[in-house]
Amino acid sequence: MPILRLLSSTTFRLALIYMIFFAGSVFALLVFVYWSTTGVMERQTDATIEVEIRGLQEQFTSGGVGRLAEVIQRRSRNAGDSLYLLAQADGTPVVGNLTAWPKADMGEDGWLEFSFERGAEEGNPSHDARARVFEVQGRFRLLVGRDIEGMRQVERMIRTTLGWAMAITAALGLLGGGLLARYMMGRLDEVNRTSRRIIEGDLSQRVPLRGSGDEIDQLAENLNAMLAQIERLMVGMRQVTDNIAHDLRSPLNRLRNRIEVALIEQQGDASYEATLRQTIDEADDLIKTFNALLGIAQIEAGALRDEMTGIDVGAVARDVVELYEPAAEAAQVALSASIAGDLALTGNRELISQSLANLLDNAIKYAGEEGVVEVLAEERDGHICLCVSDTGPGIPAADRERVTERFVRLEASRSAPGAGLGLSLVAAVARLHEGRLELDENEGGSGLRACLYLPRG
Amino acid sequence: MRILVIEDDTQAANYIARGLKEQGHVVEHVGNGEEGLTLAQEDRFDALVVDRMLPKLDGLSIVSTLREGGVRTPVLFLSALGEVDDRVKGLKAGGDDYLTKPFAFSELSARLEALVRRGAPEEVQTKFTVGDLEIDILSRRCTREGKRIDLQPREFKLLEYLMRNAGQVVTRTMLLENVWEYHFDPQTNVIDVHISRLRSKIDKDFGQPLLKTIRGSGYTIRADS
Repeated sequence: MPILRLLSSTTFRLALIYMIFFAGSVFALLVFVYWSTTGVMERQTDATIEVEIRGLQEQFTSGGVGRLAEVIQRRSRNAGDSLYLLAQADGTPVVGNLTAWPKADMGEDGWLEFSFERGAEEGNPSHDARARVFEVQGRFRLLVGRDIEGMRQVERMIRTTLGWAMAITAALGLLGGGLLARYMMGRLDEVNRTSRRIIEGDLSQRVPLRGSGDEIDQLAENLNAMLAQIERLMVGMRQVTDNIAHDLRSPLNRLRNRIEVALIEQQGDASYEATLRQTIDEADDLIKTFNALLGIAQIEAGALRDEMTGIDVGAVARDVVELYEPAAEAAQVALSASIAGDLALTGNRELISQSLANLLDNAIKYAGEEGVVEVLAEERDGHICLCVSDTGPGIPAADRERVTERFVRLEASRSAPGAGLGLSLVAAVARLHEGRLELDENEGGSGLRACLYLPRG
Repeated sequence: MRILVIEDDTQAANYIARGLKEQGHVVEHVGNGEEGLTLAQEDRFDALVVDRMLPKLDGLSIVSTLREGGVRTPVLFLSALGEVDDRVKGLKAGGDDYLTKPFAFSELSARLEALVRRGAPEEVQTKFTVGDLEIDILSRRCTREGKRIDLQPREFKLLEYLMRNAGQVVTRTMLLENVWEYHFDPQTNVIDVHISRLRSKIDKDFGQPLLKTIRGSGYTIRADS
């Protein structure tokens, strides 16, 4: 089974294809070497024979057959690879270093190839030879040739080399492909094993890294980053669910208790009516909380991205400030606004208005009597910056991250109305616009400054 | 008023029908879209309350079919989907107003009243009078007992909306939607302070108070006879 898996792996198949191409080119190269080497050697042999023939022809022209036989006899004694045979017309040898006239068919131009027994004293079985044959004066036949056994050996050697090269290439290719496939499968198996454990529910699993920084390590790093994000979201979801359960249970409980007490006390219609009205108010608060939660969820899901239009943040800010101005006056808070011109932006008017409304709501609530709330809208480094600062108690630096989470309310504000969703909405709106919400200490030293940065363009 | 309620949730439909009957309206109720469309096409209702999700035929289709057939009865959509794009879709299909579930009955009734009133064919009215209070939309003048009252632009818009719906209950959400064009609920009741500021201008120095708070619902402007 593992072998089968190995053979069917992508890496192995790639290695196999590569090996076939590589072996093909090795084969082509060796065939070319074989073909050109043997060609050169054959031409050399033929040229040598031609030269000898020309020498013997000169001897024959100057001294006739007798002279020719004499020269052949002399040359035969120290012939090396050269072969000579002067024979009578019927093939009976006259002089030369071949013992018999070869039995082979003649090719064109008198060329022929044949095998012969080299001198018995050397113990060699049979050698290949190439030669050319002439008629001399009609009474004799002359054969001039060369022993080409050396050439044949070279040819055989090249053929053997070719065979071996092909075999080794195939073997190494298969082995390399197998090793590569096993290595890759090993690395990918780690990823697969981790994925399976995560699917089974262990979100803390991470793909191990080799530390080599190669592409598989990079893949593993990205996977791990993704897993960390998923884990963070899961933990966040769990926390929010817990918070919802906790924060919605107490008002529901209050509501239920009030109705129960009214039923037990039975104090008459007026009391019932008051209880019912209070119950409706409380139910309305619960509905508001749910709506706020749903709204935030929808913003976070990015569902409202299509609602973006060209808006003037300055006008949006002026409208919201105007909406809150009487409320600030009633709370004896001095509300002032400084709004720059040309704050055009692509965004969601409703959501930006609601965000500023939430910030103003908080600011007026916490600034308290004689407090001061300032709204600032201006452009800052490519961002439109909407700031609301107040002279209230502010938020300790350690809690500033936390307060934008859902249902998080600081102890100091527990008594004030609200569900702890206002800043969560602002943060979600900032993210929807690819901006950010920053909470800081007010410049005066006390109070909070909340700034919504929205990138332009 | 004759009102047709097309709503498949029986409990919600009963709640609406009982409330409307209590106020003296005649109410018919059907639980699916096809029947609702057939009834609405008879064109004998003053207003339709249509749920968006219905068996057989959804609310948007009912209303667009009605509008194509020339039936102009005012439509109030009810929906569990409350976001801006849902509202826009509802209004595009030919709805006149949009209310997200869950809602207060007073909200529904106030909106229905406003719809029917608006639906009535009226010549373009530029002057409104309630008791001795008068506003002129063109010159943007407001007078009471003949005395000129200075109003900020938004205060004028607020008063104009109240006077267009004189005698009817106007809820805080209706004011936010129509005077400020916001569809969200501010955490504190900013509308109340706007109203009391307006009240101090138009009612404080005069005999009879005209701008009244209706407990649990909203406001109304009317002269007691």
